Amino acid sequence: MKRVLSTEKVSMRDVFGEILLQLSIEDETVYVLDGDLANSTKVDTVAMKNPKKFLQMGIAEQNMMSVAAGLATTGLQPWATTFAAFLSKRAIDQIQVQIAQPSLNVKMVGAYSGLLTGLTGKTHQALEDIAIFRSLANMVVLAPADSVEVKKMMEFAHKYKGPVYMRLARDPYPVIFSQDYNFELGKAVTLKEGKDITIISTGTQTSRSLEAAEKLEEEGISVAVIHMPTIKPLDKKAIIRAAETTGVIVTAEEHSIYGGLGSAVAEVLVEEKPVPMLRVGVKDRNAESAPNEELLEKYEISVKYVAEAVKKALKRK
Amino acid sequence: MNQTLSKENLAYLKEKSIEARRLIIETVFHAGAGHIGGPLSAVDVLVNLYFNEMNIDPQNPKAEDRDRFVLSKGHAAVGLYTVLAMRGYFPIEELKTFDALNSRLQAHPDMNALPGIDMSTGSLGQGISAAVGMALGAKLQKKDFVTYCMIGDGESQEGQVWEAADVASKYKLDNLVCILDYNKLQQFGWNAEGGGREIPVFEPEKRWEAFGWHVISIDGHDHVQISKAFKEARKINDKPTIIISNTIKGKGVSFMENQYLWHSRVLTGKEFNDAIQEIEMGFKK
Repeated sequence: MKRVLSTEKVSMRDVFGEILLQLSIEDETVYVLDGDLANSTKVDTVAMKNPKKFLQMGIAEQNMMSVAAGLATTGLQPWATTFAAFLSKRAIDQIQVQIAQPSLNVKMVGAYSGLLTGLTGKTHQALEDIAIFRSLANMVVLAPADSVEVKKMMEFAHKYKGPVYMRLARDPYPVIFSQDYNFELGKAVTLKEGKDITIISTGTQTSRSLEAAEKLEEEGISVAVIHMPTIKPLDKKAIIRAAETTGVIVTAEEHSIYGGLGSAVAEVLVEEKPVPMLRVGVKDRNAESAPNEELLEKYEISVKYVAEAVKKALKRK
Repeated sequence: MNQTLSKENLAYLKEKSIEARRLIIETVFHAGAGHIGGPLSAVDVLVNLYFNEMNIDPQNPKAEDRDRFVLSKGHAAVGLYTVLAMRGYFPIEELKTFDALNSRLQAHPDMNALPGIDMSTGSLGQGISAAVGMALGAKLQKKDFVTYCMIGDGESQEGQVWEAADVASKYKLDNLVCILDYNKLQQFGWNAEGGGREIPVFEPEKRWEAFGWHVISIDGHDHVQISKAFKEARKINDKPTIIISNTIKGKGVSFMENQYLWHSRVLTGKEFNDAIQEIEMGFKK
């Protein structure tokens, strides 16, 4: 397969800032809205190099999202950016009423999603954003696995007419995809074939799932890994196919086990093809500030926990 | 005495106001639901906007360079619908579908459903921010259209209103004209000391001035004053304008005036007849 998982690590936010700068130069309708976190989300690249296309909205997320809606009605394509925690929780009513319901062409990018938010703790971690955005009608929900996919998704979102939510990670991740990777909305990506069990993962948890699968392979367990870059609309066929071919599923995400990818997959399996499954994710807990590796262990989403879930799930087969 | 409005225009607007009030009462009575006090306080400004002030074409409701209007106090939708119908955006007959299943006339305005609605509103505090986005969009694209937005005084308790006020002022949006429908009552609110209800937001003039806006205070039921205020607002440079429109909740129907219970209440048959009679007779004086 086209799996690379190189030792090269690139930060999603750096690529995000660069591509957004390019889009803002190439397309006169593209504007960037910032909730005063530009130097964290890396849209400061736009502020520095194409300041005319950068709109500071101050620390006021609700207003920022409604302003984005207003801008969109005048034919512009606003990219509203802040941390995933604030986007998904502080401004969700504005997003629903003024962006999702009227299906306006606003791109929403939640930086610092998940658990690993650079020693900022539970107020800045976003473990619910997938669940929240997924529950809104008309919404597209994306979770890239690496920096290449960020670029491809942004190119897609730029062409797509309608609201898109994309969650980004703060820290560098291994590069999985080659530059000729083609992102398709609502299509799962098989990164590794396997006979015994399938891991369905999204976002940052995809590289950890690949690592777990490799380790398990050494122990004689054949693990398929399917990356789900689009959580909404969900690739139901790929999920049903995985259930049919391997008969047991593990999901993995840097998100709460409630409402995220695991829930979405479970909904499909229960209705279409019931097979045993286990979810790897944060289990109904508020997290804390700590170094990355320690957080991954304590909140049970590290490579080790993915591998353990696979073994546990296999016993139910 | 004034050059803003000719005698004929003033008489025309007054007549439109009476017709709109009658349609508001009929629509709410027919639906057996809907807000009534707020639409009656807001309606003169709405009539003035659509029959005097705004550059719009009901035959081409999506025209790129049209003036925009956002009803941030979305619960006054009936007021806006009647004026849009009277202006020809859709048949007046359709007002009878207000609040009904599959109707384009939703309880709160839906921009995808009904021609003439520039932004979906209903959750308070959001409309004014969207209006800021429209005005900013006009500036960025060097377009000449003006964005108008009506907010409520109860709505002014939403923090987002002041987030919007701040950003509008920072971007010097002199192409944005807001109207505060200052009817001094909200759905329930606080008990006032010494009886009655507390005013939802005190000294709005001072607040808006502090946020860097140009402030005009008027009687929001007087078409001459409304027209003058709009004219003044269009001349202001580098600042957004807010018109503090002093109004009476339930205006035009004596038993509804200044009664918070008429924020949203269904009329009995007798009340309906009394209300229509008062509007047709009393208001013509």
